[in-house]
Amino acid sequence: MSHAALALKFGEAIGPLVAGSKDPHFTVRADAWLGVCEHLKGTLGFDFLQDLTATDHPKEGKLKLVAHFYGYGHRTMLAAKVELPRIGATVASLANVWRAAEWMEREAFDMFGIVFEGHPDLRRVLLPDDWVGHPLRKDYVEAGGYREISNERDNPLDQYLELDRKVRAVMDSAVKAAE
Amino acid sequence: MALDQLLITRKFGAGAQDEMILNVGPQHPSTHGVINFIVHADGEVIYRAVPEVGYLHRSLEKIGEIVTWTGYMPFTDRVDYIAAMFANEGWALAVEKLLGVEAPARAQYLRAISCELNRIGSHLISIGTMAMDVGATTPFPYALREREAINDLIEALCGARLTFNYHRIGGVAYDLPPGWADRCTAFLNHFDLVLSEWDRLISGNEIYLQRLAGLATVSAEMAIDYGLVGPNLRGSGVEFDLRKAHPYGAYRDFDFEVPIGRAYAGAKRGAKVGDCYDRFYVRVLECRESLKIVRQALAKLPPGEVMAKVPKRIKPPPGEVMVRVESARGEMGWYVVSDGGERAYRVRERTGSFLAMGIVEELSKGLMIADLIALIASLDVVAPEIDR
Amino acid sequence: MSGNKGYAHDPGQGAAMVTLDSKMIDQLVNWSRASSLHYLLFGLACCGIELMQTGGPRSDLDRFGSVFRATPRQSDLMIVAGTLTYKMALRCQLLYQQMADPKWVISMGSCANCGGLFQLAYSVAKGVDKMIPVDVYVPGCPPRPEALTEGFLRIQELVKRDTLKARRASK
Repeated sequence: MSHAALALKFGEAIGPLVAGSKDPHFTVRADAWLGVCEHLKGTLGFDFLQDLTATDHPKEGKLKLVAHFYGYGHRTMLAAKVELPRIGATVASLANVWRAAEWMEREAFDMFGIVFEGHPDLRRVLLPDDWVGHPLRKDYVEAGGYREISNERDNPLDQYLELDRKVRAVMDSAVKAAE
Repeated sequence: MALDQLLITRKFGAGAQDEMILNVGPQHPSTHGVINFIVHADGEVIYRAVPEVGYLHRSLEKIGEIVTWTGYMPFTDRVDYIAAMFANEGWALAVEKLLGVEAPARAQYLRAISCELNRIGSHLISIGTMAMDVGATTPFPYALREREAINDLIEALCGARLTFNYHRIGGVAYDLPPGWADRCTAFLNHFDLVLSEWDRLISGNEIYLQRLAGLATVSAEMAIDYGLVGPNLRGSGVEFDLRKAHPYGAYRDFDFEVPIGRAYAGAKRGAKVGDCYDRFYVRVLECRESLKIVRQALAKLPPGEVMAKVPKRIKPPPGEVMVRVESARGEMGWYVVSDGGERAYRVRERTGSFLAMGIVEELSKGLMIADLIALIASLDVVAPEIDR
Repeated sequence: MSGNKGYAHDPGQGAAMVTLDSKMIDQLVNWSRASSLHYLLFGLACCGIELMQTGGPRSDLDRFGSVFRATPRQSDLMIVAGTLTYKMALRCQLLYQQMADPKWVISMGSCANCGGLFQLAYSVAKGVDKMIPVDVYVPGCPPRPEALTEGFLRIQELVKRDTLKARRASK
């Protein structure tokens, strides 16, 4: 019902409802995103921004921003997506619509590199400030450590066997010396 | 932001107040895990407190794309290690929805029993640490003592005391051992009396009431706008519990109430709906409701198997789901995308504590530094839920 | 000292002096240190909860004379309980440097020992001994309170094996 109401108001900016994927969702055009969300909160009563995250689809060449909305009044959930290019992904920020969006958009920026226009404080939230790369992208390659801390570790079993060998050598030489 | 400084004093202009920037954390006894709060304060009064998180970011969402569907279950324990059963259940429900299977009735009851016991255990830690943060060190060992009893029960059930890995995709791992139901009932009877003792020790304590009444009030609209969930939302007066509104599993068969905040500290102390004391007392009342649920579940436990027929190699058809469970810290949302392979394409855990961090900066204006600690404790945040 | 215990002067002189050799001093000092190891509350993750339970009523760490301290300046034992991420690793080193000598470190749990089950994580340091020297490793995920108590007793053994000579030599 909400999808139909949105399609009526926003016309072709709203994609068709994809119902075959267990949880139905639809796509919104990126330039209409802010208007659609304001309508969802103001008129259609979706007062809880439940989730705002993204998925990376390198094969289609897209980053898809995924948002789930919920209304405590009518107790229904809605899922919407925005398709963004993988390089230079920008979309309007929802921080003025739902305050919950502030931190979730920071996390989407941190993990995927999506830039939210109009966000009051867009910086990394989970990773250190000087981290390079956006980890949840499918083509993320680990840097092999951070600053001077390396990523690798000797196999502890190998270390134990080496220690065992050394101790045995010492004990054997002690036994030989006693003979 | 300056990272390695413990205390900086700066003056802003001539005649302006002194502003001190203080790092509360990340190693701090009261921050419920490794969370850093950069506090801008003038002496004891805070201008604003900015949370800085990420000290426990263990890349669980990326690991979900690398390990198999069944192999991810132990990692879900680490999403919120104090209330690990709920995360297990969320992942199991999400994958079951993708596969189109449903756990048998006995498994659903066992899930509800283990989850409610875990909820009591989690609230015990929350209440105990909150009392310790406010200054009362006695309730904390009391809480730990009761939690040992719960740990023993769950250890008899699934072998682990903290990170359980008990639920499976399609059911639960083990059935009840013999004699467990009697031990559980004995514990429930004992815990009833303990809760009454706690009402006298903590909840009715005049110092506690005066410290927390009217502190950091969150109105219902503000709570919904900032995305607070669980006891934080109910403490602000919004009557919403996922177990009643959208019941899942065995919760349809149980009869229990949903406590909400009603300015319990009393009007003469300046209490309002949605202050720290309300959020705290809602958790105490929820413990009582959990006791009711476990008693009903043990009485009505249906016979049968504990695991449905699922294929050995789980490969759900392509699709995506959003499943929510009512965890001890609020509604935990699991958004899982499958592309038909042996590994998930995307795993997302939307936890209540992450959103609660967003409201700390807003609520901390004008508080004293000690009140900030009480605020964080009343929001019941844990670092792993924030950082995942 | 000559290494002989006992009285050095004959009693007729009116003053009996007991000569303590270095072994007795070591024993005295080590006994007092081992009986009051104050540990830094460095619970990072799940093992931190088990650390709290170990300090709780059932398996009581306080009976060894050990209490938790919130600041590294007042502690001589650091129990690293939980996963060390890269972001936290620099703070861990800072905290270790703030502790006064002599100091010991228990690495509690798989994550602190070697990175634990987070070998595939991009943000987890694979073991706390990449940052600070560790004396005792306690395995487990999380280790039971009994396991942590065993680790604590091993630290007490290490403390009791210490000698003043070795400490001076290592400086």
